[in-house]
Amino acid sequence: MKARGLLFGLATSLLMSAAAFAQQAPVKIGMITTLSGPGGYLGQDIRDAFKLAIEMEGGKLGGVPVELVVEDDGLKPGQGKQIAERMLKTDGIKIFTGIVFSNVAGATVPDIVDAGALYVSPNAAPSNLAGKECNANYFVVSWQNDSLHESAGQNATNLGYKRAFILAPNYQAGKDALSGFKRYFKGDVVGELYTRLDQTDFAAEMAQIRSANPDVVFQFHPGGIGIAFLRQYQQAGLLGKIPMVVAAPSLDAVTLAAVGDAALGLNVSSHWNSDLDNPANKAFMAAWTKAYNRPATYYSSQGYDAALAIASALKGTSGKLDVPALDKALAKADFQSVRGAFKFGPNQHPIQDWYALKVEKDGEGKLALKTVGKVLTNHGDAYAAQCKL
Amino acid sequence: MTLVLEQLLNGVQFGVMLFLLAAGLTLIFGIMGVINLAHGSLYMVGAYAGAIVAAKTGSLLLAIPAALAAAAAAGVAMELLVLRRLYQRDHLDQVLATFALILIFNQGVTLLFGRQPLFVSIPPLLNGSVELLPGLSYSVYRLTIIAVGLLVAAGLSILINRTRVGMLVRAGATHRDMVRALGVDIKLLYTAVFGLGALLAGLAGLMAGPILAVQVGMGEQILIMTFVVVVIGGVGSVRGALFGALIVGIVDTCLRAFLPGLLRQVMAGSEADALGAGLSSMGIYLLMAVVLLLRPKGLFPSHA
Repeated sequence: MKARGLLFGLATSLLMSAAAFAQQAPVKIGMITTLSGPGGYLGQDIRDAFKLAIEMEGGKLGGVPVELVVEDDGLKPGQGKQIAERMLKTDGIKIFTGIVFSNVAGATVPDIVDAGALYVSPNAAPSNLAGKECNANYFVVSWQNDSLHESAGQNATNLGYKRAFILAPNYQAGKDALSGFKRYFKGDVVGELYTRLDQTDFAAEMAQIRSANPDVVFQFHPGGIGIAFLRQYQQAGLLGKIPMVVAAPSLDAVTLAAVGDAALGLNVSSHWNSDLDNPANKAFMAAWTKAYNRPATYYSSQGYDAALAIASALKGTSGKLDVPALDKALAKADFQSVRGAFKFGPNQHPIQDWYALKVEKDGEGKLALKTVGKVLTNHGDAYAAQCKL
Repeated sequence: MTLVLEQLLNGVQFGVMLFLLAAGLTLIFGIMGVINLAHGSLYMVGAYAGAIVAAKTGSLLLAIPAALAAAAAAGVAMELLVLRRLYQRDHLDQVLATFALILIFNQGVTLLFGRQPLFVSIPPLLNGSVELLPGLSYSVYRLTIIAVGLLVAAGLSILINRTRVGMLVRAGATHRDMVRALGVDIKLLYTAVFGLGALLAGLAGLMAGPILAVQVGMGEQILIMTFVVVVIGGVGSVRGALFGALIVGIVDTCLRAFLPGLLRQVMAGSEADALGAGLSSMGIYLLMAVVLLLRPKGLFPSHA
């Protein structure tokens, strides 16, 4: 067995050097991502981490020279679709990645995979693409959208809370968040509120939370509105009185810096954290800090893992752009994720562990997300059963 | 019962913020006939100036004049450079020009300060809450907002009803050409009114800073509500702006707070929540439609 592995390694390295000698043109990878608007830092972190992975291999992924072509979708589904079409038809690109937001993914991903190209999602994973409409050319390295909030529900259950008050904006992702939370929360939901997506003053909601007096509050308010929510939670005197659980999108390293002390003691559930103790993550964090000198978000980790996943596929086909063969190689998930244990489920979405994080002050009095335990082990998603691949 | 009172206070506080914006907007529309979509940008300018000065100097006493001055200066500059050329044009040109101003202000702020929201902390003196009634404690800062807003309303009422400038403003709103014919420097009056409206918007932005996130586009979120207030109150009427703002603030807050609960008594929980959220966000627009139907000039029209 060992000898076979050795032989295999020798063979691939020979193949790789043969490919290098042949001086083949670099494989183009199309990255359609959101770089402008309030969500611009998400795409920026994904892009920078992906680039970092390429640089760490000296301009290659899986031993194959690659060239990253980046375009900004501006959080507009139509624009994402147009960029994909141009990259497919004019540039002949076969490998795609990058989309941050589910609405852009919903408009763009079907075009890419139906055209016979490979798409590896570093973030968005809407439920409709995870179930019946799953596709052999579609892989997700981040999570299925619902899993984020399922982990928060499980976290609340694990922490022993019995009565939860839950809030989210009145749109599809908000509704998915509340139903995902309820799927794994074993206690009672004593209050369920939908806020407006353009709402910035939550005084009315704070009064209702106070009068319901729950054990725990779960809320999903992405971006700027989430920051306003947390600060008003503190101003209403609820912080420290009623604990809160949130999923990773409600609090990353960037929003943590903006929210400040209003985030202290928050329970976050995530599939990755900067302090996860595994060699791949340590190498990634060292390289990230050296290259960019800013906090890494979980978006960075996903961009990096997407690059590693594509590297494993390219390595598997020795750089040949045969998409079915790439699919086959990728499905093995033969790479060291910065999250530790990682494999793909039957619908090619991750099966991974979820961690409980807590916002605490570090030695220098700066706020940081600390990993305090595991919430779910080898967690897949609710839609895998509907996928016939 | 205390919950109802608390939500009423929330409604009044929201209404007062709307009033500060609507007062300027209704004066500008009533007197100059200009639809100023960029009024929300002045609110944003006030919020940013206050947030930045407070962060750099750590002093609220410096942040207040900075925010007011920045918003008023931006307003006067806007009037002198852009709007002055548009008084004779039709509303479409004005809407296009002021919409362009929104884009310019937003992009300018993005270039200067980035996309990350800024935060202002509540001044320590106003941090915390007081017990108004047994079981009803309310944020001191929000109470201060209510007090400041009502003071401004009283001040504006004196200014408009008791002073010479106010007389000109009232005259300008009803008989513009006659005022000009009497030899009044109408251009100066326009600039002054615009500056005053901008100053009030800046004050609203300054006070919103510690509660909300100070970010690009914050003005547009509140501008639509402000237009609803102006329509309900009656264009050009400051009294209408005050009552319209309080009505909109209280109705919006109470619908949001109580409608889902009431609906839950008659239907299943999740349906009640979805329907309640939908209806409550429609509420003030329905109210506006009803007012337009019954009193097309608003509840307190200035042209009686």
